[in-house]
Amino acid sequence: MVSSHPATAMTDSSQIHGTPGQALQHDSALKHTTGEALYIDDLPEPAGTLHLAPGGADSVCGQIRRLDLSAVQSAPGVIAVLTAKDVPGTNDISPTHCGDDPVLAESEIRFFGEPVFAVVARSHREAREAARRGQIDIDPVEPVLTIDQALAAGSYVSEQQQLQRGDWQGALQHAPRRILGRTVSGSQDHFYLEGQVSLATPGEDGGVHIHSSTQHPSEIQHAAALALGLTDAAVTVEVRRMGGGFGGKETQAAQWAVLAALAAVTTGQPVKCRLDRDDDMIMTGKRHDFSSEWTVGFDDDGRILAADIHMASRCGCSRDLSDPVNDRALFHADNAYYYPAFRIRSDRCRTNTVSNTAFRGFGAPQGMMIAEQMLQSIAHQLGKDPLDVRKLNFYGKNQRDVTPYHMRVEDFILDELTEELENSSGYRERRRSVDEFNSSNTILRRGLALTPVKFGISFTNTALNQAGALLHVYKDGSIHLNHGGTEMGQGLFTKVAQIVAEELQVDLKTIQITATQTGKVPNTSATAASSGTDLNGMAARNAAQTIRQRLTAFAASHYKVLESEVAFRPDRVRVGGIEMSFADLVMQAYLNRVQLSATGFYRTPKIWWDPNKAQGRPFYYFAYGAAVTEVMIDTLTGENRVLAVDILHDVGRSLNPAIDAGQIEGGFIQGMGWLTTEEVVWENDGRLATHAPSTYKIPTCRDRPEHFRLQIFSRGENQEETVYRSKAVGEPPLMLALSVHQAITDAVASLINEAELPHLDAPATPESILAAVDARRASTTP
Amino acid sequence: MARNHVTTTINGDPVEFLCDTEQTLLDVLRDELHLTGSKEGCASGDCGACSVTMDGRLVCACLVLAVETQGAEVETIEGMADGDRLHPLQQKFLDHAALQCGVCTPGFLVAAKSLLERNPDPTESEVRYWLAGNLCRCTGYDKIVRAVLDTAAEMRE
Ligand code: FES
Ligand code: FES
Repeated sequence: MVSSHPATAMTDSSQIHGTPGQALQHDSALKHTTGEALYIDDLPEPAGTLHLAPGGADSVCGQIRRLDLSAVQSAPGVIAVLTAKDVPGTNDISPTHCGDDPVLAESEIRFFGEPVFAVVARSHREAREAARRGQIDIDPVEPVLTIDQALAAGSYVSEQQQLQRGDWQGALQHAPRRILGRTVSGSQDHFYLEGQVSLATPGEDGGVHIHSSTQHPSEIQHAAALALGLTDAAVTVEVRRMGGGFGGKETQAAQWAVLAALAAVTTGQPVKCRLDRDDDMIMTGKRHDFSSEWTVGFDDDGRILAADIHMASRCGCSRDLSDPVNDRALFHADNAYYYPAFRIRSDRCRTNTVSNTAFRGFGAPQGMMIAEQMLQSIAHQLGKDPLDVRKLNFYGKNQRDVTPYHMRVEDFILDELTEELENSSGYRERRRSVDEFNSSNTILRRGLALTPVKFGISFTNTALNQAGALLHVYKDGSIHLNHGGTEMGQGLFTKVAQIVAEELQVDLKTIQITATQTGKVPNTSATAASSGTDLNGMAARNAAQTIRQRLTAFAASHYKVLESEVAFRPDRVRVGGIEMSFADLVMQAYLNRVQLSATGFYRTPKIWWDPNKAQGRPFYYFAYGAAVTEVMIDTLTGENRVLAVDILHDVGRSLNPAIDAGQIEGGFIQGMGWLTTEEVVWENDGRLATHAPSTYKIPTCRDRPEHFRLQIFSRGENQEETVYRSKAVGEPPLMLALSVHQAITDAVASLINEAELPHLDAPATPESILAAVDARRASTTP
Repeated sequence: MARNHVTTTINGDPVEFLCDTEQTLLDVLRDELHLTGSKEGCASGDCGACSVTMDGRLVCACLVLAVETQGAEVETIEGMADGDRLHPLQQKFLDHAALQCGVCTPGFLVAAKSLLERNPDPTESEVRYWLAGNLCRCTGYDKIVRAVLDTAAEMRE
């Protein structure tokens, strides 16, 4: 009977293909290169599919006085026009359910382009054309657009938060030296190459199935259920892959999915909503821009004694994820440095702009930038190399190791990591050659900087740190793998499959990777906070271990051996003295009625947070890295070029070096874009001026530095018991790009020998570099 | 309004379709012919995700009207592999892990193929400048450039 079914070929290989640590290609790589990988807009449309386009306000802001949609209604191809009145359930998709994110605006326009109605038409083009015909008249009031305006008007989305320790006032007062500074960082559009898209199909009993390009299927499910007045169980959300996410499809996918679902249920036909690029950029939130003021007190060596930091961010018109984003900014205003005494305050400004949201780094880049600018300013005033001042202020081991949120840093490796990078990049010699270059060039100037990253891993909302997985083993030994994480190009599906392959010692090709689906694994957290592999990998591992344990117990009793005599070897199982293929054992287990399906679950240990005391351990561990960047600027035009980048990054024990390297490189370049070319510009009337790639510039092939050396820290190993001691890698590398901004500042500073560091806002566009250069030169003109 | 009848060649096969005058080649490829490997990233000629060649010239399919392809030879990503045999560029993109989310990948491949056809021995700068019209938000470009240079070297052998 054992031979009556197709068995997996036995191999003599000593290792399976796909074990963790191997540099394997992305699970969809082949399909990506042939164009066969299907994204939602590529799926064959079900018969009768209609198309939806949102109609937005073309003014800001005020109460809606009159809404005339007759021209929309009568436009060619239009089947239905939906407004807030058509939402049968709760007209709110706020992730915190605080009621400030309507599916369609009801009575008030809060930002330019805010969706007020939705057109359902026979074609995408007809829907879009009709959507332009809406007449929305408002009673305009003066908008609050900038952080400064919001601070002056006392306009906030939530309460100020602060962290504080020791007699910071006294310490500042008595500090031998003090610097007052300002740190400004701009917004950033996600510019995922695949825009927001959903396809909803009405199902039985009033239910609905939604394909959504989202990082958070469970949230979409819940939002659609609430808006439609359904139970969560009546809504199924599915996502096979996204064409990029970066945080922009965490909450921002909900509106389009809910609208498609609403239209599908209303018309009884499948409905697709795909935003074109301009609508996408106008109607979805971006990275929070920050404007912060700080005072730092330090001694003559450059050691920080106290800091007082006041950060303020533009949150846009609603809360969305602004609280956790700004909390993370607070938690990273130290970056890698110990502050003995401090006060750090965070104001969350409400403005009449689209609601800002998650973006890779989630507030941490903005917080860290403050720390790095303080350090650079201190070094500059003392005439020291910033790297030496950084090292002096690094967290200590067993002393000087308590963060502003009272968590001890127990895994600090930046001393070793920085030293390795300093040597491998030839930092000191390059510093000298940069100085030499600058001493003989007046128009072109070079700059150099090494900045470190320490990034806390875990959702700051402790409850979110859980995940589930579902594993089926079929009679032929093939495996169906499902978990709550979503694939947006980061290689999560590949990594999780590698983990299952390792636990069951089967070849990666036996594992079928399947779309994330709320009907399979419920109540999942967003694939965010870099935690995708940490959480879902562990949950899948747990499920695989359950299967393995059942097979072990079965084999032991069936062959009358001890469980300890059952061993899973590459592609085969040894039971006492005999060996069989994995598939053979599975078939026997099936015939003997052993359950071959298992769920897995994981929750991150050790973490807790008491918001009232602002104390706890919000992070399970930290991920580290450092980068050296060398730039050149043209002081006549402000033009700048990143010449060389050396990166050393810690991913613990890498699960997949090829995928990890891709995340590090991509993260760095995205961070470089944020700090250099990517400028989100709002007009004075609240209109977004940069809503297409013609005006909004992400880095291209040409911007990539000529010398780019990336290394994974070979001594990396997670001290905590993460999956195979790996570390999260999604977000941390973005902040390596702070070295780009620091290097540009360094180049500007080199113009004049002066104690004060030049002020350079981010993004450091040619305009702002030129302004900084001019200010620098003017500062010494008598 | 009467629809236009267009006869063209796509990936070597004769193709006929009906289209509206304002429909772009990208619309027709994706919606009428179900060749969805070409992607829409911007619809304004700025991202290169829709790159195809028309009579050997690299174009953005979102900027070409479908009627303009009358009598033309259009090549898309779907025609790049020869059955199961990948084009060397496709293989090198796999070997170098020059892709993440994959949406930009077809456009990069089509653009790179067109570069190598006119310049089999490009310098790194030439590759960078040629591919600067293709946006990628995930990879950081390094591996893409390596993959193209590596393919060029191999194809010259
Ligand atoms: S879609 Fe054609 S260039 Fe972007
Ligand atoms: S791989 Fe995602 S845009 Fe290039």
